[in-house]
Amino acid sequence: MKEALDNMLEIKNLDVSVEDKQIIKNLNLKIGPGEVHAIMGPNGSGKSTIAHTLAGKPNYLVEAGNVDFKNEDLIAKDPYERSLLGLFLAFQYPIELPGVTNASYLKQILNAHRKSRGENPIDAGEFLKILKEKSRNLNIPMEMHSRFVNAGFSGGEKKKNEVLQMDLLDPSLIIMDETDSGLDVDALKSTSEAVNKLRDGKRSFLIITHYLRLLEYIEPDHVHVFGDGSIIESGDKSLASRIDNEGYEVK
Amino acid sequence: MNKINKDNFKQDAYKYGFVTEIEDEKIPKGLNEEVIKLISSKKNEPKWMLEWRLAAYERLKSMEVPKWARANIADIDFQDLYYYSSPKDFKEKPKSLEEVDPKLLETYEKLGIPLKEQEALAGVAVDAVFDSVSVATTFKEKLNEIGVIFSPISEAIQKHPDLVKKYIGSVIPVTDHFYATLNSAVFSDGSFVYIPKNVKCPMELSTYFRINASETGQFERTLIIADEGSYVSYLEGCTAPMRDENQLHAANVELVALDNAEIKYSTVQNWYPGDEEGKGGIYNFVTKRGLCKGKNSKISWTQIETGSAITWKYPSCILRGDNSTGEFYSVAITNNHQQADTGTKMIHLGKNTKSRIVSKGISAGKSSNTYRGLVNFHRKAENSKNFTQCDSLLVGSSCKANTIPLTENNSNTSSLEHEATTSKISDDQLFYCMQRGLDAEEAQSLIVNGFCKEVLQQLPMEFAVEAQKLVSISLEGSVG
Ligand SMILES: Nc1ncnc2c1ncn2[C@@H]1O[C@H](COP(=O)(O)OP(=O)(O)OP(=O)(O)O)[C@@H](O)[C@H]1O
Ligand SMILES: [Mg+2]
Repeated sequence: MKEALDNMLEIKNLDVSVEDKQIIKNLNLKIGPGEVHAIMGPNGSGKSTIAHTLAGKPNYLVEAGNVDFKNEDLIAKDPYERSLLGLFLAFQYPIELPGVTNASYLKQILNAHRKSRGENPIDAGEFLKILKEKSRNLNIPMEMHSRFVNAGFSGGEKKKNEVLQMDLLDPSLIIMDETDSGLDVDALKSTSEAVNKLRDGKRSFLIITHYLRLLEYIEPDHVHVFGDGSIIESGDKSLASRIDNEGYEVK
Repeated sequence: MNKINKDNFKQDAYKYGFVTEIEDEKIPKGLNEEVIKLISSKKNEPKWMLEWRLAAYERLKSMEVPKWARANIADIDFQDLYYYSSPKDFKEKPKSLEEVDPKLLETYEKLGIPLKEQEALAGVAVDAVFDSVSVATTFKEKLNEIGVIFSPISEAIQKHPDLVKKYIGSVIPVTDHFYATLNSAVFSDGSFVYIPKNVKCPMELSTYFRINASETGQFERTLIIADEGSYVSYLEGCTAPMRDENQLHAANVELVALDNAEIKYSTVQNWYPGDEEGKGGIYNFVTKRGLCKGKNSKISWTQIETGSAITWKYPSCILRGDNSTGEFYSVAITNNHQQADTGTKMIHLGKNTKSRIVSKGISAGKSSNTYRGLVNFHRKAENSKNFTQCDSLLVGSSCKANTIPLTENNSNTSSLEHEATTSKISDDQLFYCMQRGLDAEEAQSLIVNGFCKEVLQQLPMEFAVEAQKLVSISLEGSVG
């Protein structure tokens, strides 16, 4: 199964509308295996919309174009199939699940992935070991896992919990939607380290951010600027520095 | 061919719907003095018990079927029912599991209650009631050694008449209402529990009710007495075969807690709910009431109601002893055409009495789910408190949820706190879980189990996992 992929993700001429309003307009983007792409762009330019579209959020209507993910037609798949195929979206605003303890949730999503790979459910002791290790790397206290998923978590704790999940599920493509917003300096550092550890030359990243800071830790191969639903400029990481200095207005 | 497929589907959804092929012995259909006398003689009852039944029957003649509940219910022809059915040649209850008909053992095994294994495992004692008779009770002798009586009520009537006579009908008066009175006249079997002074019952006691025979009503009667300073945790489970007819289950359950005693009563009710079109299913008309008779006593009801075509059930507490506590934790799930009207009454009579109500209603399909509750503070119930929380979760848009919390406060020093929410299962939550690899049904069941968490965690450990699965299964087919 593991043939070398030409492309991890290929978005061609994509139009997306949400509640009858067109938001993504003729978007084209190619991400190769192992590449790290960053997307910057003003508020409301459609960054989260593309992230949600790729993850398959209901009501996000693909009006034109197509998306290949690992040589499969991504748009035809259900959200959970996309996840099992290796697409992970770290949410800009992670969702709370009252009554569901974080540990049991993490175990359940891990087991869903194991099952799709034909593996047995993880043994309780082994799970605890993995959870401890990964939590330690992200400075997540174990107490957090006996609380309900994201419920009452601080902004930064929610983001760390997203990073923990991406680490746990071993995805092929990670989309991070402003995962750095709300993290303190130390958390930003440990998060970046976790991401860099996941950078293995095969796994690809699409990192949505407003800040150069993150991109100094996680050096992107390509930087794209979003404007009004599509990419208006692409470049290398120097583009991020320029935007940080000059803003979006000046071209 | 269509039919076979459909039946298969139903079998999937309700896996307890099989019929045990066992010859049964019924007494003739109909409700009359002869039938009552026959039931009483089948059970070798003393004269006082028969007289008690007949008095109830006399009273019943002038009573009417209640019409107030929010439910559409077909008229029941009480003369067209069997009131007693037992496996054939069931003269005397087997002394040990070795003597129990293998078909019956197999039945309970299929239901997930392997009696023989349960007997070997410490932790849970089981009384298995099949139609109108108890077919096996495990751990009876062991419990006897510490003075705990756990037996079918029919046996208790013979062996412990004084206890039964003293308490039966003391919490639910014979004249209470139509179905309670009907039960008093024709009740067949159920469990009797007595926990002596200062004994903490060392294992879970449980009764498993199975309706098997057709056109037969089940009239369970359960009586639990916790003497001073004692503790018991009791659990009942219920299932029935899939049939096109509606079958009646009208139970009376009475609990009495004396000074400093505590009774924890849990129910996992999974009677056959009827098919997707609403055909068939059990009418579950149940009267459950606990009396906190002594000071510092406590009665706690936990119920997981997922089955039955119609459920009317209001497990209640009469808080007579000073400082006594009543609790009601409920999850009621309705799908397809099911109707549930359930809740509780907390009657505060003593000083410093406390009650807590947590109700979680989940409606899916075209079902209707009502919480109906009453909290009453008597004039003398000084410094008493109630907390009520009623949450409804709607799955889909064709179902109904109602909350009817009544309060009557005649005490100046007492206080009530009430919270209620109604929510839909959120698309964002579903999407979030699906983004992490759970399919729609797994995502839904995770969220619903989270919604019920506070109640599910009240269940004894041994049953919590089973109950979680049941919650998921009951909602199968309701994902959009
Ligand atoms: N359900 C909706 N109905 C109408 N408009 C919507 C809806 N969802 C998003 N939009 C609009 O789509 C546009 C793009 O939103 P999106 O969330 O993708 O922006 P963003 O680039 O992620 O912004 P930010 O940097 O603030 O996170 C915005 O103008 C937003 O108001
Ligand atoms: Mg955004």
